[in-house]
Amino acid sequence: MSPALLPEVWRISDFRWETPQTFSLSCEKPEVQTRVQTLNPFRPGQFNMLYVFGVGEVPISISGSPENTSAQIHTIRKVGAVTNALAELKPGQSLGIRGPFGSAWPLHKAKGKDLVIVAGGLGLAPVRPVIYAALAMRSEIRSLTLLYGARQHAEILYADELLSWQTGAEIAVHITLDQATQSWQGRVGVVTSLIQAQDLDADRTLALICGPEIMMRYSAHTFLEKGLKPEQIYVSLERNMQCAVGFCGHCQYGPHFICKDGPVFRYDKVQSLLNTREV
Amino acid sequence: MEIKEDAIRKQRHFKDLPTPYLQALIRCAHLQTFAAHDFVFKLGGKAEAFYLIQSGTVAIEMFSSQRGSVRIQTLHEGDLLGWSWLYPPYKWHFDAQALEESQILVFDAKAFLEQCETDHEMGYLIQRRFGQMMVERLQATRLQLLDFYGDQK
Repeated sequence: MSPALLPEVWRISDFRWETPQTFSLSCEKPEVQTRVQTLNPFRPGQFNMLYVFGVGEVPISISGSPENTSAQIHTIRKVGAVTNALAELKPGQSLGIRGPFGSAWPLHKAKGKDLVIVAGGLGLAPVRPVIYAALAMRSEIRSLTLLYGARQHAEILYADELLSWQTGAEIAVHITLDQATQSWQGRVGVVTSLIQAQDLDADRTLALICGPEIMMRYSAHTFLEKGLKPEQIYVSLERNMQCAVGFCGHCQYGPHFICKDGPVFRYDKVQSLLNTREV
Repeated sequence: MEIKEDAIRKQRHFKDLPTPYLQALIRCAHLQTFAAHDFVFKLGGKAEAFYLIQSGTVAIEMFSSQRGSVRIQTLHEGDLLGWSWLYPPYKWHFDAQALEESQILVFDAKAFLEQCETDHEMGYLIQRRFGQMMVERLQATRLQLLDFYGDQK
């Protein structure tokens, strides 16, 4: 069987709840600990197939640093049988992993540019690796901005890390909530309002967007209104990925397979499809 | 204190407004400082002004006896606040409260409307810009209603 289709047995090294419904699993390959193998390298934006033995397999973006050579982190929301089973795993237990798969964020295109990363809800997880990578090459990027929209205060992902980024000078972080109580002193409103508020140099901006599809569509529209060309915008799509190598066809999206050609697409490649409800 | 044209041009809908119309706006404006927690206006009050935020943050809120004040949106530097002065019953439908010390240009709506009555071209251009802002706020509200960060995408 092709190695791409055969899960490797990995071990949970750490488990933490990020929000009431979302958790992060740090996974390590036992062989790496004994120096027999190296961790499967990944590029920011790629995903793994996580297999809970006897339950099933789900595609999950890798949300840790690509420079972490001891473990890969996956941030997961409890939404179905497999993700509920993943939430029951404890450090020391095993799971199957295939990957990494798919296309990556085009960070090389950010050199000398203003990089604006827009994330909505759980969409912060697939862009966190690209934030780490951008911070690692910060001197080559003119400016680095993260615009993050979440539903409520309690659902802000990686809150401590966002706070530490906010207090630093390397990355500008702006957060807005859709719903807020009186205790929230930050912005309230949709994430597109954060884009609207940016003073962008349209010719020198690269935009990466990740979140629910409607949010990405409206965010891309807002960037277009600000003068960016579709070629300067990238989105990360999600479909029913099963084989992860473009064989099964479950994630076919027009002429594309999300698992193989995506999940990261240049916006002009999928712009018309995002408005086609039959796809 | 003299109000500069740039103070109004920082509002993106007004940045291309012809200078004579900017001057007309300036004639009706004064700069006011609101301390944190000050109300800019309150639900049910007479809508006799509109506002352009120069600095600070203003929250749009609605009071419900069951839930207290519910924050709908926050507005920031360069944002326009208030359109109830344009349409009957000329009353505020929400509370607007400064969340921090905020410098806000306050426009006398009655005085400005009187100028628009004598210059319909200006009235039309201003109306269009407020219309654009209202469309954007309506679309944003619809997106919020979709609750797209929830499980039901």
